[in-house]
Amino acid sequence: MRKVEIVDLNAWFGSNHVLHGVGLTARPGSVTAIIGPSGCGKSTLIRCLNRMHEEVRGARVEGKVLFDGTDIYGADVDPVAVRRRIGMVFQRPNPFPTMSILDNATAGLRLSGERIPRAKLAEQGERALRAAGLWDEVKDRLNEPGGRLSGGQQQRLCIARALAVEPEVILLDEPASALDPASTLRIEELVGGLKERYTIVIVTHNMQQAARVSDWTLFMLFGEVVEFGPTEKVFTTPDDKRTEDYVTGRFG
Amino acid sequence: MSEPTVVLGAGAPARVRRSRVIDRGFRGTTLVVGLGLIALLALMLVELTTGAWRTFDAFGLRFFIGTSWNPVSGREDFGALPFIFGSLVTSGVAIVIGVPIAVGLALLLNQVRGSIANPLTVFVDILAAIPSVVYGLWALFVLKPILDSSVEPFLIATLGKVPLIGALFRGKAQGPDLFTAGVILAIMILPIVTAVSREVIAVVPRDLREAALALGATRYESVRLAVLPYARSGIIGASMLGLGRALGETIAVSLVVGNTPRIGWSLMQPGATIPSWIASSFREATSVGLHRSALLALAVTLVIVAFVLAALSRLLVRRTSDLVGGSAADEVVTEGIYPRAG
Amino acid sequence: MSAAAGTVSLGPVRGIRRAKDTGFTVFLWTCAVLALVPLTWIAFYVMSKGIGALSWNFFTKVPAGPLNPEQGGIVQSFIGTGLIVGIATVIAVPLGILSGIYLAEYGKGRTASAIRLVAYVLLSTPSIVAGAFIWALVVVALGNFSALAGGLSLVVLMWPIVAIASEAVLRLVPQELREGALALGLPRWKAIVRVVMPTAGAGLLTAVMLAVARALGETAPILLTALGNDYVNTDIRAPTDAVPLRVYDYARTPVEALHSIAWGGALVLLVAVLFLAISARILSTRQQKRIA
Repeated sequence: MRKVEIVDLNAWFGSNHVLHGVGLTARPGSVTAIIGPSGCGKSTLIRCLNRMHEEVRGARVEGKVLFDGTDIYGADVDPVAVRRRIGMVFQRPNPFPTMSILDNATAGLRLSGERIPRAKLAEQGERALRAAGLWDEVKDRLNEPGGRLSGGQQQRLCIARALAVEPEVILLDEPASALDPASTLRIEELVGGLKERYTIVIVTHNMQQAARVSDWTLFMLFGEVVEFGPTEKVFTTPDDKRTEDYVTGRFG
Repeated sequence: MSEPTVVLGAGAPARVRRSRVIDRGFRGTTLVVGLGLIALLALMLVELTTGAWRTFDAFGLRFFIGTSWNPVSGREDFGALPFIFGSLVTSGVAIVIGVPIAVGLALLLNQVRGSIANPLTVFVDILAAIPSVVYGLWALFVLKPILDSSVEPFLIATLGKVPLIGALFRGKAQGPDLFTAGVILAIMILPIVTAVSREVIAVVPRDLREAALALGATRYESVRLAVLPYARSGIIGASMLGLGRALGETIAVSLVVGNTPRIGWSLMQPGATIPSWIASSFREATSVGLHRSALLALAVTLVIVAFVLAALSRLLVRRTSDLVGGSAADEVVTEGIYPRAG
Repeated sequence: MSAAAGTVSLGPVRGIRRAKDTGFTVFLWTCAVLALVPLTWIAFYVMSKGIGALSWNFFTKVPAGPLNPEQGGIVQSFIGTGLIVGIATVIAVPLGILSGIYLAEYGKGRTASAIRLVAYVLLSTPSIVAGAFIWALVVVALGNFSALAGGLSLVVLMWPIVAIASEAVLRLVPQELREGALALGLPRWKAIVRVVMPTAGAGLLTAVMLAVARALGETAPILLTALGNDYVNTDIRAPTDAVPLRVYDYARTPVEALHSIAWGGALVLLVAVLFLAISARILSTRQQKRIA
């Protein structure tokens, strides 16, 4: 059973062809890591999975991204709807500065247009903050502005915010690269805990992190997939020499 | 985990579809309003030109070079030259006096870092907000008496004797005159020209200045070598903003210039500028004859010049930013919000 | 100046180079003094002359007869300014902010560049021309001067200010916040209205304050469109007075007592405008710190 399947994906920025015929499969309850040197197209790829790539002027996508069998790039599919079921956490923490911690966590729910009673919102906010491993640290200051937290805490807040809308897939675009080592470790532990309930795709430039955290690994070079397979295999007995060179640190 | 409430396919619930419509509607509304700005400009130019048309039709180019202005019906003659002259002369004096002082202040503000410079910069910026009528009142009751009693007699007695430029300083010091109008305009354009020049000079990177100093240049030389060549376009742009402001100023000028259509060599005589004349004549302009149309023709002349100056100044200010490399152009451009005409 | 071949003197720069440098420094400081003296003088002079005129009568009565002009006030001017600037603000602010939103959030193509250029050009409209435009369009057509026409002439001046200032402020909101909102599954318009605009919050207020400060001080457009009035008027279709206009009129009369009232009006204007300008400045610095 495949949760997300990418078939022959091509992407452009204007006339710049940045992704060439990319394919990938992500099974439910697994963590898939996307690795590769700077500029290989990892971020572009992950942003095609929740239709964020097309928000840039002049950006274009061709190919299929199947989510539970439905192509999210289909003619009558609303990108807004896609993003409710496929959530994203960004490289730099971006909590909404005018909202409190609780309001940040429940932002996706509050702004969806549905009327949700305050009590229920508070409950769902707590659930999301617990799932993100932040609850104990903020439970006494839920009304403080989101911007007052440390970098690592802010990132976990953003994770909580993404979790609160109950997506099925979570995309993480280098979520720990702006954080200190201790916070990075916490994020990695979180990812390990979340994979039971969600399908996770994570972009990382840190190979050790990919090896620690993921079940499947995709290695990219110049916008193309070089190798895709179980993490253990990709890191110990890769099929492609380029993969071997990269994971042993010979370049990148 | 609850069932997903949003479906992807064609069966998307009404809420999602409605959101798409609102999205498009919102974008469309902002676009229409934005285009409204273009419509406003067009409407303004059209309205003024249609009103002015009869005058241009009747007088053609003579409107711009004619020297007599007579609205009396039966003997109508509308020549705008005295007002064009007055506007150019007063603005010219304003630029000649005001720009060097403003640029000097801007250079100083850039050199003197820290506790003096910042409050001073803010102070000058805020002074840009002073309404023209306040300048005008002060000009009429304070500046004019001082100029009439000390400065102008001094200039007449000294520079007035010098051949050639002496002609500028002949005549009686008392009474309203173009010189007083020029001086108050110079004061009024100081904040905007200083602010924009200061930004333009600040954009020139430190390393250029420091490279010059490292070569053994004095402060003056480093400014001449490293700063001014780059900032030059921007400073000219700043001056144009000041010029535009001076040309458009009505109230302060109107109170001290005398509102007399006149062309002559001396700055010590009264005169009239385009805006001051429009302001003082419009009440007598009846719908009979060409008087109204002639006033609108004056307005058209003024606005075309002002717009061309504005477009040019934006280009020049951008040019400095591009030369130096940076996106400071937009910050500098925003400074242009402060200028006001009265 | 002689120096042994091959050595460079480490002494101070002498001669003409030093003279030019010193002269330059003297020039700079002279400019500073020449610029700041008149500007501060004006501010303090208005305060000292005007404060004497502020009285109960000044704020609550209409102009008195020619026998005792000092007894009169200019209440009709305050009400008129409120009316005219109020009309202008209510029209120009929504138009300006919507224009600013288009330019900042949607505008990357040639249409947006054209609108931006037009806004910048309109910013330099001489205020007498804005007045002449509305005079021709509204006053001549309707046959009378009015507060409405006065308000419209100020809209011509305020709209570009609000548009350009709002765009600048909205652009300062980091792109990542927009992306965060979109990634949560918010439609674009909600991302703008519920996330970007509140974040820009104080900045948008600053844009409005700058525009209002400008409108308060304008005389020429109101001269040509609202005409002025010696009595209180609340009908937007009738001639209305305004503070700057009244100051201008009184400045031109020979009556000493009226000059005094004019200074009072100038003081009130100056305080109002400086208050707005300074507050806008403070808000803007605070806002920048909050976003950064």
